[in-house]
Formats: sequence, structure tokens, C-alpha cells
Amino acid sequence: MNRIAEIRKKIDAYWDTLLSSGRDDVRIMEICGTHTVSISRSGLRATFPKGLKLISGPGCPVCVTGQSYVDKAVYLARQPDVIIATYGDMVRVPGATGSLEAVRGEGGKVEVVYSAHQAVDLARRCEDKQVVFLAIGFETTAPATALAIQKADREGVENFSALLSHKLVIPAMRALLNDKDIRIDGFLCPGHVSVITGWRVYEPIVNEFARPCVVAGFDDEQILKGICEILRQLAEQSPAACCVYPAVSETGNLHAQEVIHETFDVIDTYWRGIGIIPASGLGLKERFSRFDADKRFNLPVFEEHDPPGCRCGEVISGKCIPPECPLFGTICTPREPIGPCMVSSEGSCAAYYKYDRH
Amino acid sequence: MNQSGKILLAHGGGGQLTNELISQVILPAIGGQDASSLEDAATIEIPDVGKIIFTTDSYTVEPIEFPGGDIGKLSVCGTINDLAVCGARPIVISLALVLEEGFEIGLLKRILTSAGKSSKKAGVSIVTGDTKVIERHGDTAGITVNTAGIGLPLRQARVGFDRNETGDAIIISGPIGQHGMAVMAQREGLKIDITGSLISDCAAIHNLTMKLIESFGAKVKWMRDPTRGGLSATLAELAAATGRSIEIRESEIPIDPTALAVAEMLGFDLLSVANEGKVVAVVSADVADEAVKLLRKDSLASKANVIGEIGKVDDFPLVELLTRSGGKRIIQMPYGQDLPRIC
Amino acid sequence: MCLAIPAKIESLDQHIATVDLAGAKVRADTTLTPEAKVGDWVLVHAGYTITILDEKDVRETFAVLREMDELQKR
Repeated sequence: MNRIAEIRKKIDAYWDTLLSSGRDDVRIMEICGTHTVSISRSGLRATFPKGLKLISGPGCPVCVTGQSYVDKAVYLARQPDVIIATYGDMVRVPGATGSLEAVRGEGGKVEVVYSAHQAVDLARRCEDKQVVFLAIGFETTAPATALAIQKADREGVENFSALLSHKLVIPAMRALLNDKDIRIDGFLCPGHVSVITGWRVYEPIVNEFARPCVVAGFDDEQILKGICEILRQLAEQSPAACCVYPAVSETGNLHAQEVIHETFDVIDTYWRGIGIIPASGLGLKERFSRFDADKRFNLPVFEEHDPPGCRCGEVISGKCIPPECPLFGTICTPREPIGPCMVSSEGSCAAYYKYDRH
Repeated sequence: MNQSGKILLAHGGGGQLTNELISQVILPAIGGQDASSLEDAATIEIPDVGKIIFTTDSYTVEPIEFPGGDIGKLSVCGTINDLAVCGARPIVISLALVLEEGFEIGLLKRILTSAGKSSKKAGVSIVTGDTKVIERHGDTAGITVNTAGIGLPLRQARVGFDRNETGDAIIISGPIGQHGMAVMAQREGLKIDITGSLISDCAAIHNLTMKLIESFGAKVKWMRDPTRGGLSATLAELAAATGRSIEIRESEIPIDPTALAVAEMLGFDLLSVANEGKVVAVVSADVADEAVKLLRKDSLASKANVIGEIGKVDDFPLVELLTRSGGKRIIQMPYGQDLPRIC
Repeated sequence: MCLAIPAKIESLDQHIATVDLAGAKVRADTTLTPEAKVGDWVLVHAGYTITILDEKDVRETFAVLREMDELQKR
């Protein structure tokens, strides 16, 4: 507790410096959904100086995945010879015609896995079925998908495929900073994405946009340390890329980066709430394309459509906070979610609903 | 209920969806009572006999055998516990099996041996039962077990939602979330814990509840076994039913390090994870320390602790958790079964 | 996004490690950290080790481990 009290004292001191220079409003974006959950779960939001706002960014993979992806997954789950293998995160996301959970209620096969290679093992056990792995997530999770696909390739597991929606964080940060309607004074950068990428990848952003980019871990002390460092940089007007999380190195995990490059090409991709961001997603390289579920199955075309009234897009891009959405807590609740930010337990709306609603 | 008009797995999760199913579908259809006064067991007055307490529960669990128990032990202990927290001495239970065709007889023997052992250890006999076999539905043959039980109310017992008063102490008998995490860690497809070091707390707790009542009588105000939905569901229900706010302290809640590690890994909040051998008891503040001492003498409750207090009647009764870092957050009824998450 | 948890490698069979998580034994694929060896602390995400951690840093950085240490002492 003393350690935390010490950091709090520093935060207050930097805040005072900012106040005396006439700044009483600072908007820090935590990009990572796990940061959002930690902040809500520990009740930290209420302990910050008034005027220090933490806004949640596009860091929950389920939330930024387009509706058409969910519709494709639901469509596949309804095919009699298909088993969907997915991280638990995706199971409740509503598509236009229901969620994977609902399809399971109709008799569809949806298996929750902890690891991508478990999906390959499942395919090997069920040779007469097609196993489709829902490959979502950011730089942290992409290497696991890459290794699973390489394993399927090496071992000839031809009834395995992946429905891809891997995304990259940095292009999204850039897209938000280029949006005139969004004000972000500093970024609390994702700890585990940065384990893969290294913290120096944020330097170009700092050079171009002059915003603090601080990588932090996930417990209260780490989050407070990160925020404290951002406030220091703002108070001293010296924005920099840096890291308070010892698990992250300057250059990241080079093996993981290589596995990503071997397996994927960087492609333009659609982010819910933001739109198409150039060079922000990962698609399979030609030599692995036979494992691409989009190509293997003759999938109908699904439109991107957001549920009417849902402001998830604005929540994800930091334009509004969950309680400002008219659906929040009224017709959109974790039990009957309308938008994806309410579905994923690390979605901003679910975190606010669960922990910050009074 | 939901758009599909079909039952979802989450309807069985013990959270908001379960409550809706009971209050909007089950009770209106059978013409039963108001849902707000539903307890896990019913007290029935029989002329010339007196009061008995009656309960029933069905059990499905995947995997059927898990570290610390199996569906046999679970179904015996679960029904004993439902009687126990109503202030009863459990007397007898029934055991009925619904087996899917193809179920291994060897496994059935193990489950029933375990059920028999648990009932003997608890001193509660299995006196009747039933067996049905149905067609197989999934890839592997399953089993559902139903147990019903009868208990006699202890003479000194005065437990009920209406007995809770401002300042009463809330006690939990030990570390939370062990059953739910132990089972989750063994799930097909997940198989997290390969040596089974994370052990379910599955146990009959009637000796704890009976000792509390025998020692403190009417100073024991209310008890519940925090099963599905975990401590969160139990406290949210207590706040809603009493109209009182509740404050609990994170630092006082007993935690098992292994359960915590697995929960952190899979993105679960231990507060919402099921227990199968714990009791939450509300007692008068003046006997709280003594009650904890008494509980701790029993190996099932060696980590018992006071975790918070009953607050005053409130227009918006809330359960508030004082976090380790000095923040506050609201504890709510979980909305269904949580799913493991990764990204 | 991206839950990951620190754990210690107890044994290693080619690229499959058994790691200790406060008593629970969990399998993790070490392909992404080929230099990892028995006794190392690693960060595990979705069944893969994603980095090796400095033992000094581990307790300093992860409140969850300090909590577990405290719990085990009790």
C-alpha cells in the first residue's frame, strides 16, 4: 500500500504542476482492454484527480472486429460439418442472426480453446469435420495463430483453417491521432503487445505527434506508474516513448516478429468504429492460403452494419464514454448485449457496467 | 428472455439469466410463489409431524471426475449443503440417475462409490433412487444426477433474509472459487492444469453450520452456500432481498494462490467463481470473532474470516468492494457463466 | 487485451515446457522463446511463452505474485 501511496503522491505533484500552468483537463487513452478491466476492477478511476480522464481505446479485439466477421463465424457454425474453435471472448458477440452461443443452443458445434494449437489438435481428433479457428487478437496473439498454421501445414492437418481478423495496434493509434474530432494527450501503451513489438515502436508516433507513449503492466501499481510517467512528461513538456514494465524490451521478441513475417502479409483491414485503416491487419501469405477459411468455404458476402443507436464505434475511438451511449445499461446489458463493447468482458462498456455503474 | 427463444447454457449459470428463467417462465407456468422469497430449500409444516426442510438439485459437470471430487460426491454434498444453510440437520437424501446410452459402467461404479462414501462420511443416508437411460446426444455419453433431501430444522435456528441488521458481520468459511477454477482447468479443450494440483473444495458443510447454530443460536442471522455465481451472486442476492447495502473488503477475503493464478490466466474474477464447500454466514457483530474462531477449528474452515458488514436499508442497495489499492467498486449479480478469455 | 501471466519453467521436452503457476502445472509452448531453460521465469500468453523474465523483476512487477507469496506464507 505504501508503494502505491508514494506513486499517488507523485501523481498529485505533477497534477499540481499542470494546474499551475493552466491545464486542468488531461485525456489519457489506455489502448488495451486488459488495462480497462484492471482500472475498473480496482476502482482506480474514482481515485484520480478531477480533470484527469482515462479513455478506453480500440484495444479489445472483439470490440474492433467488424460485424461481418461475426456473421461469417455464425454462418460457419451453422454448417453441419464445421466445428468452430474459438477463444471464449467471441462466444457471446451478437451477429445479425445471433451469436455463437445461440448457434450452440441450436445444436451447432462451438468449442472454446485456450490456445491456437488446441484447435489444430481438435482438427486432428475430428478428421471427418472441418475445424475453423477464429483467429482474432493483436500482435501478442498473432504469433500463436502463425505457429498453429505452420503446424497444420507441416503435419498436413488439412481439415483445419483459420478465419482471420488479426489487427495491429500502432496503425490504429496513428488513425486516432489523425482524427481531428479526437483529443488524446498521451497513451498508456499495451504491455503485452509491446512484449512482442518492443517499446521503441512508439518512437515514430512520439516524433510525429508529440504525445507521451508509456508502456505499463497490468496491476494497480504498474498502471499508476504509467500514468505518473505520462503526467511527468506532460508537466515537463518532454513527450517520449518509454516503458515502466520490465517484461518489455526495446526491440521486443524477435522470434515472434519473425514468425509473424513468415506467415502473414500486412493488409488493410476494417476496424469497427474507425473504418478501414491501411496496413493495420494480417492476412495469410500465399503459401499458407489453403488454411484461409475465407477461401476454403464459399462464404456469402456480409455487410458491415452496426446495430442502430449503438455508439460502440465512438467508445472505441475515445469519442464518448460508455454511459454517454443511450443504449448503455438500458437495452444494452451484458445479458442482452447490443454492441460488442458490452459483450467482451474486457470491452469498455462491460467493464463500466460491471464495476463502475452506480 | 432472449431473441432466439431457446435455452442457452448461460441460463444455467446461476446469474441474472437463471433468475429470469425462474421468475418469467418457471414460476408463472407452475403457478408458484413470488420469486423474491425463494430459498434453496422449502420449510414445510406437516400437521402432527412438525416442520421439515425439503430441497432438490440436479447436477451436471464436465469433466465428470475432477481433482477433489466427482459428480457423485458433488450431488450428495450439494443437497446436504442446501439443507444445512437453511438451519437444518440433514437427515436423508434420494439419488436419481439419468444416464446416456454408452456410459461406462466402470465410471458409474466409481461415481456411486464416491456418492456412497460421501453420504456415510456426512452421516446422511441415501434412502431411495431411480435410474433412467436416454439416447446419447454428444460425442461422449453423459450423466445427470438429481438428489433431493430432507432435513429437520435445528431448534435454535432463526435464519432468514429478514433477520439481517445493520452492523452484522459477514463471514466466509474459506478461500473462494476453488471448485469453479478446478473444474474449468480440467475442461476438454482447455486442460490447463495437467497434474490436477488445483483441487475443488467440494465438501459437506453441515457440521460447520450446525456448530454455528448450536453455539450462537439466533445470533446466526442468515447462511448460504455460494455455489454458481460465487460470492458475487450470494452477496448481490442478499443485498437485493434485504434491501440493505453491503460493504466487503478485498484484503479480508481468503484466496487460494493456485486458484488465483489460474483465474488470472483465464481472465476470471474469483468473486464470481463457484464454490462447493463453503458457507457465507451473517452473524451478530458481538459474536463475529468467536464464530470465526469456532469455524477455524474445523479443517474445512481453517481460513474462515470476517469479510464485511451488513449496511443500512438503502433505496439502491449495493454490494461495494473496497479494493486492495484503496478504490471501490460495485459487485453485481453475474449475468451467466463467465467464459475464459485470452485477448 | 492479451492476458499473460508469469510462471516458472519446471521441465522442458523440446519446445514444450511444464510451467508452475502457484502449484498448478500448465503446458506452454516455448517456440517463441527458444533460449528458455528450466528454472527460467517466463510470461505465458494463450499457451505460448512470449518472453523470459528477469527473476529480480518478477516479484517487483507482478502484484499477483507478491500476493501469492503472502498467501502461501499464511
